[in-house]
Amino acid sequence: MSIHGQAYVVGAYEHPLRRAPKHSVAQLHAEVARGALDDAGLSKDDIDGYFCSADAPGMGPTSMVEYLNLRPRHVDSTDIGGATYLSLVSHAAQAIAAGKCNIALITLAGRPHSEGVATGTQPKIRNPSQPDFQWEYPYGIANANGYAMCAKRHMHEYGTTSEQLAWIKVAASHHAQHNPHALLRQVLTVEDVLASPLVADPLHRLDCCVVTDGGGALIVARPEIARSLKRPLVKIRGAGEAVKHQSGGYFDLTYSGARQAGAQAFADAKVTPADIQYVSIYDSFTITVLIQLEDLGFCAPGKGGAFVADGNLISGVGKLPFNTDGGGLCNNHPANRGGMTKVIEAVRQLRGEAHPAVQVPDCRLALAQGTGGMLATRHGSATLIMERE
Amino acid sequence: MNAFERILPVPIPTQDSQFFWEAAKEGRFHVKRCLACGKIHWYPRTLCPFCLSENTVWQESAGTGVIYTFSAMLRTAQPYIVAFVTLDEGPTLLTNIVNCDAATLAIGQSVRVLFRPSDGEFPVPVFEPAGNPFSTLSKLPNSIPAHKASDD
Repeated sequence: MSIHGQAYVVGAYEHPLRRAPKHSVAQLHAEVARGALDDAGLSKDDIDGYFCSADAPGMGPTSMVEYLNLRPRHVDSTDIGGATYLSLVSHAAQAIAAGKCNIALITLAGRPHSEGVATGTQPKIRNPSQPDFQWEYPYGIANANGYAMCAKRHMHEYGTTSEQLAWIKVAASHHAQHNPHALLRQVLTVEDVLASPLVADPLHRLDCCVVTDGGGALIVARPEIARSLKRPLVKIRGAGEAVKHQSGGYFDLTYSGARQAGAQAFADAKVTPADIQYVSIYDSFTITVLIQLEDLGFCAPGKGGAFVADGNLISGVGKLPFNTDGGGLCNNHPANRGGMTKVIEAVRQLRGEAHPAVQVPDCRLALAQGTGGMLATRHGSATLIMERE
Repeated sequence: MNAFERILPVPIPTQDSQFFWEAAKEGRFHVKRCLACGKIHWYPRTLCPFCLSENTVWQESAGTGVIYTFSAMLRTAQPYIVAFVTLDEGPTLLTNIVNCDAATLAIGQSVRVLFRPSDGEFPVPVFEPAGNPFSTLSKLPNSIPAHKASDD
């Protein structure tokens, strides 16, 4: 059974804060839940399915279900890092198709900036029983250098340049200038990116995403319920997932799990990359975007550098408008998990509710793509294709 | 040329990796080979990640390979180079490159293993450019017969 048409995204909300020193994480979850319910025109007691991930404080979904005082008959929690929230939309649609719930709430929130836990160049201490930990932690593997090594190999094999990667940040900054909530609203040039400090060769500081507090929520509902609400209809057409890892020591860092996840989603949706009018692409770093665009088939492997250059990702300028909210690179990367905001901006585009300066005319088909974990070592990948009916 | 000396965090062995880290104290670097399917894998497991056989053995590695990719971390308090190295035996592993010039280091460059002390009990295998005249360690033997670890 395909996910195609089994459920709709009926509510979406992005927390306006990027710095939340006085909020608790649970409070942020509740605020985004309320925001998504208001957006959908639903009330708390309509929720009968709840989905969350490791950012939710407590044991899986239990603590947040209590905090929100929900009465779900279906709960689920999974963790593939920042890509989780795209996969949870798919899991919610699957639960709805199986009759396990009718209206599912998905929440994300966190405050890494206020907690000071997030710098991309700091190795993370993990549970030593995590089997890879002893073989990796001593070497100082950290988010920035993990992605940098993928960029270095891509450059080596395909001639990709730092200038081409910089165009991805430039495009995001062109969009962020129109978003009053974006953390970074200054329009940047390729030269600005290249002049920023080299934090992990070959990635510069401006190749990296922002670190923000905040969150977001989505509500997914059965088709007949979606049609009874007053919001534009956003149908889930396709979804795919993958975990890519080191395969026992034999791997290729020039592509990601998006190759598998995207193929599944396109097969579900029965569309091709040429049909997609808008993309939200996970942008923890500029290289993340470039590799996923290749993997999803928007350009051939190795041609991502030429594809993203010269403003091709800028709405109204290029052929493939991306991350029109400013993305994780400029707008928001709440809880260090950018998958939620990827779905939210795609929903805005499909509803015609993006900022007028970046709205894709008559946007009917959009793709959202996530990569969670670390591109170089092991990561989860999730793809979602949505359509406005 | 930079030695890239830094304080390496001690690896915390698991029940099935104790042999590797004890051997590291003697400057010996091992990979795991599966006797059922013949493949060598990294990182080392008891059950082969290709066929799930338990018939895996520690095999001393020549400790030579080439750089698959790397990233120079030159702005940290203790600069270092993180890299993936593809061993001549096949698998690619995460490591650090030391005793090198970050500006001329290249993908495809030949490297060989050496051990650096950590802040704890076990030394950590890192790599340096092959034929490095500044090497602090004598070259490891090229081939040592596979042997079954006593605690495996």
